Amino acid sequence: MTKFGEHWTSSFREMVVEAGAHAIRDAGIEGKDLEAIYGGCMASGRFIGQEHIGALLADQMGFNPLPSTRCEAACASGGVAFREGFISVASGMYDVVAVGGVEKMTDISTEDAALALGGAGDQEWELFNGATFPAIYALMARRHMIDYGTTEEQLAACAVKNHANALNNEFAQYHRKITIEDVMNSGYIAEPLKLLDCSPITDGAATVILCATEKAGEFSEKPVEIISSAQASDTLSLADRESLTSLKATRICADQVFKRAGITASQVDVAEVHDCFTIGEVMAIEDLGFFKKGEGGKASEDGETALNSKVSINTSGGLKACGHPVGATGVKQVVEACWQLRGEAKGRQVDEAEYALTHNVGGSGATAVVHLFKRGDRK
Amino acid sequence: MNQALPLIWRRNLERYQLKGCVCNSCGTAYFPLRKICPKCRSRGKLEQVIMPHGGKIVSYSCIHAAPSGFEVEAPYFVAIIELDNGARFLSQIVDSPNEKVKDGARVKLVFRKICEDGAEGAIAYGFKFKVV
Amino acid sequence: MSFKNIGIVSYGVAVPRMRIKIGEIARVWGKDGEKISKGLNVKEKSVAAFDEDSCTLSVEAARIALEGLDASKLGAVYIGSESKPYAVKPTASIVADAIGASPYLTAADLEFACKAGTAGMQICFGMVASNMIDFGLAIGADTAQGRPADALEYSAGSGAGAFVIGREPIAELIDTCSFTTDTPDFWRRQHAEFPMHAGRFTGGPAYFKHIMGAAEHLFEKTGLKPTDFDYAVFHQPNGKFPLRVAKMLGFELDKVKQGLITPFIGNTYSASTPIGLASILDVVKPGQKVLAVSYGSGAGSDAFAFEATDKIESTRPRKSVFDLIEEDKVYVDYAVYAKHRRKLKSL
Repeated sequence: MTKFGEHWTSSFREMVVEAGAHAIRDAGIEGKDLEAIYGGCMASGRFIGQEHIGALLADQMGFNPLPSTRCEAACASGGVAFREGFISVASGMYDVVAVGGVEKMTDISTEDAALALGGAGDQEWELFNGATFPAIYALMARRHMIDYGTTEEQLAACAVKNHANALNNEFAQYHRKITIEDVMNSGYIAEPLKLLDCSPITDGAATVILCATEKAGEFSEKPVEIISSAQASDTLSLADRESLTSLKATRICADQVFKRAGITASQVDVAEVHDCFTIGEVMAIEDLGFFKKGEGGKASEDGETALNSKVSINTSGGLKACGHPVGATGVKQVVEACWQLRGEAKGRQVDEAEYALTHNVGGSGATAVVHLFKRGDRK
Repeated sequence: MNQALPLIWRRNLERYQLKGCVCNSCGTAYFPLRKICPKCRSRGKLEQVIMPHGGKIVSYSCIHAAPSGFEVEAPYFVAIIELDNGARFLSQIVDSPNEKVKDGARVKLVFRKICEDGAEGAIAYGFKFKVV
Repeated sequence: MSFKNIGIVSYGVAVPRMRIKIGEIARVWGKDGEKISKGLNVKEKSVAAFDEDSCTLSVEAARIALEGLDASKLGAVYIGSESKPYAVKPTASIVADAIGASPYLTAADLEFACKAGTAGMQICFGMVASNMIDFGLAIGADTAQGRPADALEYSAGSGAGAFVIGREPIAELIDTCSFTTDTPDFWRRQHAEFPMHAGRFTGGPAYFKHIMGAAEHLFEKTGLKPTDFDYAVFHQPNGKFPLRVAKMLGFELDKVKQGLITPFIGNTYSASTPIGLASILDVVKPGQKVLAVSYGSGAGSDAFAFEATDKIESTRPRKSVFDLIEEDKVYVDYAVYAKHRRKLKSL
């Protein structure tokens, strides 16, 4: 992956190549081994006026004439692209595919970027009425606070932890320690969410190479196994959901993914979850089954999601501190999972990590995609 | 961003009159309009109806960082409204003292400007709600 | 012309929530607010919010007027305003869509300064009497601008008054007539942001001449005298002119009090006489007579004589005009007022 941040001198294409080349070297494959490309990117049209990203990825990496497909699911574009790549290999269609996620968000003004991000929600009935994307998550936060007594301080605890984790991630956008007080004083964006409850606008790219299990040993000494995958959809508009405090799509994915893998949530050592806003992380750790519904806030406050606690959540720094180049996030989550399971997460290593989970959400919960990974056999 | 005129015009009657629909198979009320009942799909019988003009707040948020076009009105409230027939959707809350905007507060429909395409562009009108 | 069984069927009023005190405006311009307030007999004026305009106020007033009525029965909608959101594109069609009256009706926007609303009422009376339509909706609505530091800035308010005109009325129209001349007392050129006015010329040769002219002509036509009326409402650009013209015509001030709303919300221009009339309809008893005379600069007056019917007691809006004006109101300072009313240059 590239470093995540504001890359004034690096364009969309340059990030694609940087992350792509890094992944190919790391995988130990050669160009001729690759059979297909999947790319996650939410809104390149709005951010840089460029569509046809599949073609751009293949072209820039020198991989014409391989089939190259862009996937879009708002903030879950990367996760969905990863799943498409996974399905294409698991089905036997291909043996080796590349999955990349990219987003270049800083070439346009912050206001225009916010508008583009708003497309993750319901344009006609949420955005049009003056709701921003933070406001939509704020509505969930408010309900969560009313129903479960979750406090703003508990939400802040997620941001504080993620910043602490990011201090040891060289690829993270922010290397800055923050306190609960910092979050509480950072100014309201949409009550009760404040500036430091919200993930930033970021440029970045991340790439992984997928390979059929039986062939993985030909290329790598440390392959990571994808043991199950799930994706689910829910209503586009928040108001149409069954619940304002739980993402049903996440719960369905969690259910399926643990059943298929034959393990339970308590066996997961490390998880990258979708903290586009702090409330996102609180709901995620509940919906994924790490904590009971309504107890995510307290668990975060009590340090039960910190590095090497009950379950290490967002060791990369999450979307909050590592940054959130929208289409890249879902793939970055997989990169972090791999580093953790390979024992290569310097300074933020989860001890003896055996199972890792990635959780990527689109919009306010209209798409969720979850993957489970297992440490491969060490040679 | 220039408004897509037909896109907005197409929903005029829905936004002005709060025209939604009810599925006569399962009884669920929907606003905004749907073409297919998510519960019944092919077995659904959707009929367009004007929604009740009253409801309650189910969640709310005061927006301080407003999107372009809404800066002058900031800070303002958005809320998930639940109408008396169960239909839920997002709307702005206006003309209401801050302390009255809370969970369960009763609201009624008002007709307001939603946005405009600059000083010379078209004006989009629609629904907002006010605490009673 | 007989208007037997034709008149006002229902009514509705809308006033924005915000108020600014005369004293607060005076503070900005370094003037004596109390003196100005006393001189105008205006305490405070209503302020339309950024997302309100004469169209939204028209819809709010119309919705109240149409409660319990089938809007699709409306054959005509006329909106009178001098602060239309569009110079070209009718407010009336937006209102017609919003209230569910469209598409089988005629509609247009009218301009005649402050009497555009009553002009719409006259058109509807004519259309109903000629059986061209069964019901018509006439609205006077304005969010008129006051030029900063000008005398009119103290009084230019916002509001809307809507009337459904038809048969089986709550207030039967006895007769109506008008007095119209070309008198340039107050005007706004096509692309100008604020109106101009001719100072003291707006009094004698304009306001008083036309209101007196229309009222006296109506007395002649109908054989009615001021003593026959229980209530009277005149166009009210401030809280003083209507009291003076009432006296000149021979009305006791008691009869004018109920319809005098300008002291509380300012001059609502095309809505001025309509809202004042609505306030009277809130209290008038069956058999009582009401005189309403509007005035629009440029210039003209429409005079109406109404008699309340038996139906009035059961067909009133839930809230009276004075209740509407008082409840919910919130005061703002000049800066917030200027923001909402787009008096800041970049807005």
